[in-house]
Amino acid sequence: MGKGRKVSGGVTRRSFLKVAGSGAALTEVLTGCRPSAEVAVAEEQPQVATKVSVTLRVNGKSHRLQLEPRVTLLNALRHHLHLTGAKPVCDRGECGACTVLMDGKPIYSCMLLAVDADGHEITTVEGLAQDGRLHPLQAAFVEKDALQCGFCTPGFIMAALGLLRENKNPTLEQVRAALSGNICRCGVYTRIFEAVLEAAKKMQGRA
Amino acid sequence: MAATQVRGQRIPRLDAPAKVTGRAKYTYDVDQTSDPRLKGMLYGAILRSRLPRARIRRIDTSKAEKMPGVRAVMSLVGEGAEVQYAGEALAAVAAETWEQAKDALSAIEVEYEPLPFEVDTDRAYEKGLRSSPRVERRGRGEDGFDEADVVVEATYRTPVQIHTPLETHGSVVVWTGPSQVVVYDSTQVLFSVRDSLARELNLPPENVQVICEYMGGGFGSKLWMQHYTPIAARLSRKAGAPVKLMLSREEDFLATGNNPDAVQTIRIGAKKDGTFVAFSRRSYGTGGVGGGADLPAPVYRFPHLYLEHVDVTTNAGPAAPLRAPKWPQAAFGVDSAIDELAAKLGMDPVELRIKNDPSEIRRKEWQIGAERIGWKEKWRPWGSHKGVLRRGLGCGASAWGGGGGPGSVAEVEIFRDGSVVVRLGTQDIGTGTKTVVGIAAADGLGLTPEFLRSDQFRVYIGDTRLGRSGGSGGSTTAASVYPAVYDAADKALARLKEFVAKKLGVPADRLVSQGGRIFDKQNPTKGLTWGEATRLLPTEAISQRGEWRPGMTGSGVAGCQFAEVEVDTETGIVRVVKVVAVHDCGAVINRLTAESQVIGGVTQGISFALLEGRLMDWQTGLMINADLENYKLAGAFEVPEIDVVLLDMPERGVIGLGEPPIIPTAAAIANAVANALGVRVRELPITPDKVLKALGKVPS
Repeated sequence: MGKGRKVSGGVTRRSFLKVAGSGAALTEVLTGCRPSAEVAVAEEQPQVATKVSVTLRVNGKSHRLQLEPRVTLLNALRHHLHLTGAKPVCDRGECGACTVLMDGKPIYSCMLLAVDADGHEITTVEGLAQDGRLHPLQAAFVEKDALQCGFCTPGFIMAALGLLRENKNPTLEQVRAALSGNICRCGVYTRIFEAVLEAAKKMQGRA
Repeated sequence: MAATQVRGQRIPRLDAPAKVTGRAKYTYDVDQTSDPRLKGMLYGAILRSRLPRARIRRIDTSKAEKMPGVRAVMSLVGEGAEVQYAGEALAAVAAETWEQAKDALSAIEVEYEPLPFEVDTDRAYEKGLRSSPRVERRGRGEDGFDEADVVVEATYRTPVQIHTPLETHGSVVVWTGPSQVVVYDSTQVLFSVRDSLARELNLPPENVQVICEYMGGGFGSKLWMQHYTPIAARLSRKAGAPVKLMLSREEDFLATGNNPDAVQTIRIGAKKDGTFVAFSRRSYGTGGVGGGADLPAPVYRFPHLYLEHVDVTTNAGPAAPLRAPKWPQAAFGVDSAIDELAAKLGMDPVELRIKNDPSEIRRKEWQIGAERIGWKEKWRPWGSHKGVLRRGLGCGASAWGGGGGPGSVAEVEIFRDGSVVVRLGTQDIGTGTKTVVGIAAADGLGLTPEFLRSDQFRVYIGDTRLGRSGGSGGSTTAASVYPAVYDAADKALARLKEFVAKKLGVPADRLVSQGGRIFDKQNPTKGLTWGEATRLLPTEAISQRGEWRPGMTGSGVAGCQFAEVEVDTETGIVRVVKVVAVHDCGAVINRLTAESQVIGGVTQGISFALLEGRLMDWQTGLMINADLENYKLAGAFEVPEIDVVLLDMPERGVIGLGEPPIIPTAAAIANAVANALGVRVRELPITPDKVLKALGKVPS
């Protein structure tokens, strides 16, 4: 125990993946993952990636951004476009709070690099209400009290919207399945199911 | 309580539209678009110990300081310091982007000298890393067992649980002057954070403003100022720029609080007819490097009682209260043992409980719950269920205080155009407090639910610039804020009535405000609409402050829950089919959100019963499931039909409801599983492996 161990901190699986994905020198990153690496810190410093031009089409508007290639779609939306409806919760595709639609399909925006969303149509929760009027799904969440702290709510609404675009008249079991990638810690799932079924009914009536 | 229009109805929460549109700005979300003072905001990050116990030989931040975008770096521990758990904060950085901040952490070099550690509760107990026993005795204590005809004894285990609020812990800090600081904090206790931070920074409290309009869950882990708030403040001062410091999910798991585990050996002694005579419990558990694992006494009537508890110290993060702290664990032990006694006595478990329950309200609730779950028709004795898929029924009891008290200063303002503004520095942690504040004002003013939800009615909370209020813990918020807001509204209405009285030529004390009209109670046709009345105001607005008014609240609630489960005896998978939750909270303020509280409590209880638990590797001292994939939370597939029965007892006044619904769920489910199988799983979570072991299908 006399000999101390040098440990370089802070390299997580995701930052490894992100840096590796951006083409930084792999060997340097790998040394950072080895807790007992006896390597001088200067050699471990991640390289700064060159920024690239990304065009994100969000809620019908195009935004041209200069981003490091490792920036996720979630962070591009939140940090660069100030659209904070999609939430960072688990940062690794486990909870669904960052769900947005890409070309109409729900995706975890924390698991996609912004560069890979270039050219695709992104819809966030901010894009649902029209002329100050809530989307029927949003209205149903309000009326059924399908939320408590509300931090998971945008993710649930986007996942539910993805379902209702594919299936206009889902059963309870289909709603459960579509929302099984989302976590609500306050635990109001049963009311979320009710809200989605109610919205489906309303949206059908409207169509 | 005065005749009211809104209390007890179903009012969608006032902040729901902001939450469903993404407009709600949580601490995690605030930026220069929501507050221009946050222009140039940096991202903070904390480097944490990777070892469970170590001496810090050296910590070198010089490389990190030179990293691109890095604006401030701080060591948080001196050389030679000892860290006590993996996850303890060592250093912090602030950088221009989130990605750069994370990069900078990996450039900080730490030289550790590993030290011996222990993270396993049983091993720590055996090694003597424990407190001296805390003993509580009533009646003749354990000697009372000599009066019993029948005795059961068993040991029950519950795991360490993590709060996992979806919004991780964190603060955003901006210095608006050399000694003026504004803090956005995801907190349950605005004013306590303000006062604590003021002390840390050596500032007068009024120079610190804390804001939390929306917060993404806390469940008890955000009940005091935590380490990251002053760290963010210091980073911000050092960098000369606002700093957002939100913890990662892993940090939240390791370093922001946890709910201690428990090993309880319980004995119950009873007469042949089922009358309880004695209860004893020897327990131990770990609150990590802190204490706090003690369990509450049972809610049933035991003339003789003996409780002995030992806190075990392990190298893990300190404990924090989690929604009804330690009550679900205690209920799991007590109500499991009661069912074991019922089986031994050959008695119906509901009848046995009613016989020994001192609470008149809960005795009624047992009957309501039993009827709703179909107990009489469906319940069969233990061991009589056959087949691969077996159903069973179980129940458990809940009790809580939930009283409120003074300490809130509310303000109600009535404008000449008829609009109403309510202000109180409380916080809404997802329980619907903002809406409760609105309902109290609407009740005090005699306004309608429609008015409450209109643009003319605005409620401001979540800011220490507003009137002082207490923290949101212990289910005390509703009973603390409702009377203060009602008081302010009542006083504001009294002033408005003076003008109406003059106009109508009716004494003010004969005027009643109800349903949006102010009228003469002796001649209800003589009156003014709310809008006509407010137009009489000689100034733009009138305003009144109110404080907690005695006589409007109570304390002490009862509840019980029933669960029906189906167990697959081949896979060991437990499916909860239905939960009936019967609770009282005195006067129901908002039936819609109160039901949501119960639904949420039950869901978290299911999660505790079947899924959750921190896993520590005793050889490395690290938590091996510090993420939302491997720390299991109840999801869409785990949630059954939940039947909520809320008793409305206005005569008891306002009482809190946040905590009681999580208490009995795990007990009810464990009892239902035991009823289905005829054998009992005495350790939570009830995972398939434990079910199969209990059935003897796999070796234990």
